[in-house]
Amino acid sequence: MDLQMITWMDVGHVHDIPRLGSRVVKAPDCDIAVFRAADDKIFALYDRCPHKAGKLSQGIVHGHAVTCPLHNWVIGLDDGLAKDPDEGCVHRIDVRVQEGRILLGLPRS
Amino acid sequence: MNMIAPKRRRLVLIGNGMAGIRAIEEILARDPHQFQITVFGAEPHGNYNRIMLSPVLAGEKTFEAITTHPRSWYEENGIELLAGEAVVALDRATRTVVGAHGTERHYDALILATGSNPVIIPVPGHDLPGVIGFRDIADVETMLAASKIHKNAVVIGGGLLGLEAANGLLGNGMNTTVLHLMPTLMERQLDPVSGGLMKADLERRGMTIITEANTAAITGTDRVEAVELADGTTIAADIVVMAAGIRPNVALAKQAGLDVGRGIKVDDGMRTNDPAIYAVGECIEHRGAVFGLVAPIWDMAKVLADRITAKVETNYVPAATGTRLKVTGIDMFSAGDFMGDETTDEIVFHDAARGVHKKLVLRDDKLIGCVLYGAAGDSAWYFDMIRSGMDVSAMRDTLVFGPAVAPGAEPGSVENLPDTAEICGCNGVSKGTILAAIATHKLTSLDQVRGRTKASSSCGSCTCQVESLLTLALGSAYRAAPAIKPMCKCTSLGHTAVRQAIVAQSLKTIPAVRQALGWTTPDGCASCRPALNYYLLCAWPGTYVDDSASRFINERVHANIQKDGTYSVVPRMWGGTTTANELRAIADVVDKFAIPSVKVTGGQRIDLLGVKKEDLPAVWADLNAAGMVSGHAYGKSLRTVKTCVGSEWCRFGTQDSTAMGVALERMTWGSWTPHKTKMAVSGCPRNCAEATIKDFGVIATEAGWDLYVGGNGGIKVRVTDLLAKVTTDAEVLEYSGAFMQFYREDAWYLERTAPWIERVGIDTVRAVINDPEQRKALHARFLHSQSFCQDDPWEARAKGADAHEFIPLATVD
Repeated sequence: MDLQMITWMDVGHVHDIPRLGSRVVKAPDCDIAVFRAADDKIFALYDRCPHKAGKLSQGIVHGHAVTCPLHNWVIGLDDGLAKDPDEGCVHRIDVRVQEGRILLGLPRS
Repeated sequence: MNMIAPKRRRLVLIGNGMAGIRAIEEILARDPHQFQITVFGAEPHGNYNRIMLSPVLAGEKTFEAITTHPRSWYEENGIELLAGEAVVALDRATRTVVGAHGTERHYDALILATGSNPVIIPVPGHDLPGVIGFRDIADVETMLAASKIHKNAVVIGGGLLGLEAANGLLGNGMNTTVLHLMPTLMERQLDPVSGGLMKADLERRGMTIITEANTAAITGTDRVEAVELADGTTIAADIVVMAAGIRPNVALAKQAGLDVGRGIKVDDGMRTNDPAIYAVGECIEHRGAVFGLVAPIWDMAKVLADRITAKVETNYVPAATGTRLKVTGIDMFSAGDFMGDETTDEIVFHDAARGVHKKLVLRDDKLIGCVLYGAAGDSAWYFDMIRSGMDVSAMRDTLVFGPAVAPGAEPGSVENLPDTAEICGCNGVSKGTILAAIATHKLTSLDQVRGRTKASSSCGSCTCQVESLLTLALGSAYRAAPAIKPMCKCTSLGHTAVRQAIVAQSLKTIPAVRQALGWTTPDGCASCRPALNYYLLCAWPGTYVDDSASRFINERVHANIQKDGTYSVVPRMWGGTTTANELRAIADVVDKFAIPSVKVTGGQRIDLLGVKKEDLPAVWADLNAAGMVSGHAYGKSLRTVKTCVGSEWCRFGTQDSTAMGVALERMTWGSWTPHKTKMAVSGCPRNCAEATIKDFGVIATEAGWDLYVGGNGGIKVRVTDLLAKVTTDAEVLEYSGAFMQFYREDAWYLERTAPWIERVGIDTVRAVINDPEQRKALHARFLHSQSFCQDDPWEARAKGADAHEFIPLATVD
């Protein structure tokens, strides 16, 4: 995505998300699931499994992946890709963490 | 008939412990009719396996599991047991003993098995409340009770007993410090190098160990508060365990004028200087030596029995003994003379990075002692060599690498061991005994061998070898056992192995399980995490802190996720009953939150579908206000208890099935189970509540209740098996609680009762639940677990718990 088109939006603090957990950022087109891994890395994906649109924010987080609560697809948090044997991809949002604040790279409206 | 039985000689045993009872067993095996036997015991129980107190403290075993001789054993053998009555006087002139309650018994032969007492170091404050030894089940109970209300434990003594006590206290969540006078731990069993490895291993587990620690005083006003060392260090202590050694209990023998040194002096025939009096166990002194390990005591018991029954004149000859620490996860063994002197040679293998140290001590081409640390799998092979005194010169160059590379040996096999080789050190079971039991009783499984021989039933460190013996005896018949399916891709272990390890190794958190059992992934996966969370919850009720990140979403937010991301809400309706007030509250909630769909479920409840996640806490608050709680329709837990109207209304009903259903649901609600669990109660054999396709079904009869288990609807319908027929309502509750607990403790996660019963066999389930002792114990454990989980999860969340689950992190435009 062209950097000119992105605005960095502060959505909260790393500590607002439980480790191995996720919170939702409400957005007009599609909600965004923001994940915190055990190593405190933060990831953001559209909250929509590529399979049947399950809410990934409600899944179990393990390593840098989340298991969708509806049919157990495993989606990579860093690339949004479904892991073998499933195939699919969910839109990934750029994340920056500055002094504990989580910034999402959202398209300028 | 006029026949008069020949008068039996009277035998009195003073001391109802392992040594004395083993001696009685040996006597009965030689001649069950020679003596009329009375046993005095200071403790108020039958006999138990004292060497297994550490696993009881560590929570790996129950007291029942280590009881070797319940009261019924004494009755069956015609033995008079005076438990809880110590002997206060022994009059050798009249051959009479007197108990603390005044019971007098005359003897023709007497056995003293009075055991030993812990050495209490006479520092100031040693008599404060909270300072105890580690000798009997009462000490263990004191420690367990202390660990529930106190934080800091100090163990004085870093020997075998002290470290086992410290490990148990640590496992019960106490800050535990070990004070050891010597420079290295367990110096009587370990050389300094392996002592250092053990110290590092224990410190990694969180234990604090201070060596060369000289205790100066124990301080406190009403009870112990701290331990002060000679160098001025002060360590906070709510409980102090003295494990600085044991001393033979000779008080009674001394008072009776027997020859006493450090212990009661006996000759090679286990006889004291009074020919009518024998002594055995930790209370004796034989050729200047005293004893603290079990193996030589078994040998003494045999000699004593031979002599007292006048069968053969055998002699007790001291033999090398082997020691293991009963701390799960620490693999050590030592035997014989492991330090050596100027006349001995040493062969040492040391791999510090792996924490492995093996030291063999040889004299004149014979192995006379060894220490194995970090890799003690070959201990039986070495131990047998030490005891047999065989010449090892031919294999000296590879001796330290064990039997796998010994000349002519099959790799890593127990085949090479002679029949006399001891396989199970805890229970003193040899290879020959195990093979004979397999052949005689046609044993085919590890559990059967455990039951029959006790081998591998205590610390379990010989399990591998027992399995090898089964393979050796049965060939492919044993190997044909189904391959174990791993729990998930993170481990090669199956569910059963993981469940057993959690209990046996006292693993208390998910990371601890992953670390101890070698998980291949850093934080598991969506399959193993919920399973481990459940296993830990089941194993450690009341102490395990539920890991919500390892719960499937439905159990995390206590509602059922639907395909559109909304949730469904099912309030509990006890036994399928409701009231106008509850229905009104449900109707109001539907209106207030614009809930799109309302459906009556198959489990006789009402399902509110399409609730927005953000609305859940408010919906619950309104339902709570009308007295309703979570129905757990979302959980691997007790779902519903379906009922028919029963005898209260139905012209066919024979019992009040609705009231029974309500009682069952009140007892079982809130419990977590391996998979969802459903119950039903029908008031007559017409079975309108469909109890025969439920996990636990109850059907009323004229005589009482028939109890059925292991049914389900679902893809593969399974009709229940009959578990038992009972008569009272109380029995229905006890059987159901026991059955649920057995299922909770035994089944694999996500295994419903139907496949579980198919796997373990209905006969197993019947045998366990129909055994009154096991049933009552299971039921008690169920109720104990329930005492921690009958809080309404909805109420907590309506009041603000886990608020982050229900509120968006942010909203962007």
